[in-house]
Amino acid sequence: MEQIPVLKLGDFLLVSIQVELHDELVLNLQDDLTSRIQRTHARGVLIDISALEIVDSFIGRTLGHIAAMARVLDATTVLVGMRPAVAITLVELGMSLKGIRTALDIDKGMALLRLSLDEASDETGVSPSSP
Amino acid sequence: MLKRAGLADILIKDEAEILANWVAEQLSGGAKGGTLSEQEIKESSRAFLSVFATAVKHDYTEQITSAQWDGVRAHLAKLSRERVVQGFSSEDTATFIFSLKKPLFDSLRKSGDDADRLNEEFWKLTQVLDKLGLVTVSEYQKSRQQIIERQQQELLDLTTPVVKLWDSIVALPLIGTLDSERTQVVMESLLDSIVENEAAIAIIDITGVPTVDTLVAQHLLKTVAAARLMGAECIISGIRPQIAQTIVHLGVDLGDVVTKATLAEALKIALRRVGLTVSKLGSVKAGE
Repeated sequence: MEQIPVLKLGDFLLVSIQVELHDELVLNLQDDLTSRIQRTHARGVLIDISALEIVDSFIGRTLGHIAAMARVLDATTVLVGMRPAVAITLVELGMSLKGIRTALDIDKGMALLRLSLDEASDETGVSPSSP
Repeated sequence: MLKRAGLADILIKDEAEILANWVAEQLSGGAKGGTLSEQEIKESSRAFLSVFATAVKHDYTEQITSAQWDGVRAHLAKLSRERVVQGFSSEDTATFIFSLKKPLFDSLRKSGDDADRLNEEFWKLTQVLDKLGLVTVSEYQKSRQQIIERQQQELLDLTTPVVKLWDSIVALPLIGTLDSERTQVVMESLLDSIVENEAAIAIIDITGVPTVDTLVAQHLLKTVAAARLMGAECIISGIRPQIAQTIVHLGVDLGDVVTKATLAEALKIALRRVGLTVSKLGSVKAGE
């Protein structure tokens, strides 16, 4: 079965999409990622779509769903590296993916994830990274 | 033999006379709109006559699309382009060819008195010159069209410059009315420059936008949404009081987009967002 690799990186999961997505692939990713979040207790998910050139409404919606599901599983999702053409397409399709955090590249996405986890730990008083 | 080579012969024999008559014709007729001196007219007329003579050297047909006329057509195309640049009207440009009729007919008439042959020659020559006149006009219009298109594109490019204000801060000062086509260009150039400059903040300054209606507001919101998808935050600045009133009256919801009155305010907040402060020289020294 064709699959997109999900890499564990400390407290985070890193998904780098390097192929063109189609409906089945993105649904597989949804299954795979949700089970991985649950298994690894990841606190953040980084989805890198810098190689993605074509999106349709289904893929856009599913990416939104993945972020919402991760939220329910207590993980923050950051979408990084969206290309200008893809951003324009999504906006023209009326999907501005409200509720998903975005960043320009993996570096900035990682910084954003750390920041949001720090904020979360400030609120609860429990640090996620230290035992 | 004589009959076949009639035009070519007189073009060689009476060249000087034809040229002089033609130049006189041009000067008296349509030259008022032009800025060419007599010398320049003479030059261009002589150049055309020699090309024309080459084309009709061995008999000729009135099918000016044939290879025989390639040189003449190319010459006319070049001439038309030059005349466009020099500011001639299409009428003046076409007159260049049409004024050649009289001198050529005069010379032809002098070359013999065989009425049938002359008639035939006249008719053929008229057809050719008319068609060449049309070529000039169509080339003239083509060049004009090219100039208009180029200027349109330049206008589009010129009015949407994206400037880098600081590391990871870009600004887009919008000037003029926003329509769908321009918004597309604006959006693309802004998003491209976000990638290029790794910008975290993009400031859209609408000081130069005369009116904001629902459509323009919608375009702006789309641009903001697209920039957000790429991971950059947008600030809209330069909102004048009238525009603020219009936006509220129209019931446009700018949502959670940050808006500022001036570009300076927007820059200030952008610098703070990326973790920078601006301070006076003196205060830095005092702090040391």
